[in-house]
Amino acid sequence: MSEGHVNTALYALLDTLCPMHAVLNATGHVVHAGPTFEKLCGDTAPEGRRFLELVELKRPKLGAGMKDLRRAAGAKLHLELRAAPRTALKGVLVALPDSGAIGPKNGVIVNLSFGISVMDAVRDFSLTSADFAATDLAIEMLYLIEAKSAAMEASRKLNLRLQGAKIAAEEQAYTDTLTGLKNRRAMQPVLDRLMETERDFVLMNLDLDYFKSVNDTLGHAAGDHVLQQVARRMVSETRSGDTIIRTGGDEFVLIFAGLTDRDRVAEIAGRLIARLERPIPFGDEECRISASIGASLSCDYAQVDLDQMMQDADCALYVAKDQGRGRHVTFDKMMRLARDMKGPIPQNRDAR
Amino acid sequence: MHGLVNRAVERFTRDTYGREMWLGIMQRLDLGFAEFEAMLSYDDEITHEVLGELAVSLNKPMTEVLEDIGTYLVSHGNLEALRRLLRFGGTDFVEFLHSLDDLPGRAQLAVPDLSLPTLELEDHARDYYSLTVGPMAGGRIAFGAVMIGLLRAMADDYGALVFLDHKGKRGKVEIIEVRLLDVAFASGRAFDLGAALR
Repeated sequence: MSEGHVNTALYALLDTLCPMHAVLNATGHVVHAGPTFEKLCGDTAPEGRRFLELVELKRPKLGAGMKDLRRAAGAKLHLELRAAPRTALKGVLVALPDSGAIGPKNGVIVNLSFGISVMDAVRDFSLTSADFAATDLAIEMLYLIEAKSAAMEASRKLNLRLQGAKIAAEEQAYTDTLTGLKNRRAMQPVLDRLMETERDFVLMNLDLDYFKSVNDTLGHAAGDHVLQQVARRMVSETRSGDTIIRTGGDEFVLIFAGLTDRDRVAEIAGRLIARLERPIPFGDEECRISASIGASLSCDYAQVDLDQMMQDADCALYVAKDQGRGRHVTFDKMMRLARDMKGPIPQNRDAR
Repeated sequence: MHGLVNRAVERFTRDTYGREMWLGIMQRLDLGFAEFEAMLSYDDEITHEVLGELAVSLNKPMTEVLEDIGTYLVSHGNLEALRRLLRFGGTDFVEFLHSLDDLPGRAQLAVPDLSLPTLELEDHARDYYSLTVGPMAGGRIAFGAVMIGLLRAMADDYGALVFLDHKGKRGKVEIIEVRLLDVAFASGRAFDLGAALR
């Protein structure tokens, strides 16, 4: 059998077993290219060209000569196509004997694979499953990537929906259904967050005045209407970052984060009361209410104690109510002294 | 039954017969929800009830509904991803047939808790095969009918002309006869390996 025949048989065998290979002669020129490697080389056939002019050997770092290349026999090669899109390749080569018994004398056979770049390569070179050896896992890898992406997408959508449902449920749990304001349950988380971030804030206790008489004379529908209007007015008089909580029937707590100025507190309280005192139309009737406000400032305390602050805001509220309706009072330490002399303030505000 | 299976029934109904039909079915069954979540699991009984109500609503025998679902899974544009995953099975219809044994395993690679019935292909001649379809978990849904619809649509996809015949049940398994009349009857639909990236 002539050398040519031997090689033809060898090449046919290689084309089936590893279609992305190249056979190089002793000078490093490609004498045969597997059909898939041929596809990678584009319009110019690789045969007759120097292999290292087509492909750059990134690692291991060796010289450009054929002797250097043969030294890399058996090692894992990291290569890159020199032409765009400079696809990354993995490879391994075997050195051929100088007898010429297998392939060209002193040549090498290089087998290549895409490794992780397989997805891009399939797109860039329009490869089909026929371009891979039947034993190659490339197709399974592509299948897995697609299948997993589809499954991930379904999971991602589920997570988004669950998160949306969770947020809605939390909103609902913390919302006062009549007014749309926050409810008592929402107060602690808001205060906890302020304490954690060590931000100063103002606590304002607000009780409606004359609300009971609206309820008694015009009925519950009027009362509900008034509460809704009150909520609206309070929202429009405050900033979006402020928190308004309806803690009970006609009792509210307002939390102003970042507020430390007593004059500003008085100004806000005055404005709120003025706004709430404007008549609220209900059918042919006009409802007139007012509000009393007691406030405490976190910046007045060396060590902020939430319970103390709430008690003090309550204390200020009673002082305000003592002065008549429609008043606002900001707590100071003198009040605590006066209170201690008078005895404890009743805990239940409704009792008064 | 896995949410993906229930979701497939839902998508089939909505894409083929419209949202009203689907919401009507779910309202009559009063399950407390109107949509299935693809990544959750549901009681087998629910799947069975939905399919039963669907067959009644369409005034069609259950096997016909299941066959239509199988065809829908491959041929509807909304499920292109699934068609692609099936086409990874082989370059022509015969290769695809031979990949069916691996299908439940492949499905589990992607979604570990999705269990599909076992499939076993036997070739009697170059153009004559039989496919044994194992029981679905729970055992109340005849997956063979779904497979017939799916195989018919896949044959179309590959451009092959086939004759499929449900030979009935043998014990717990169903037998489907596949006769290949022409592997290259029509040009079929294109399958571009890299399409998902484009």
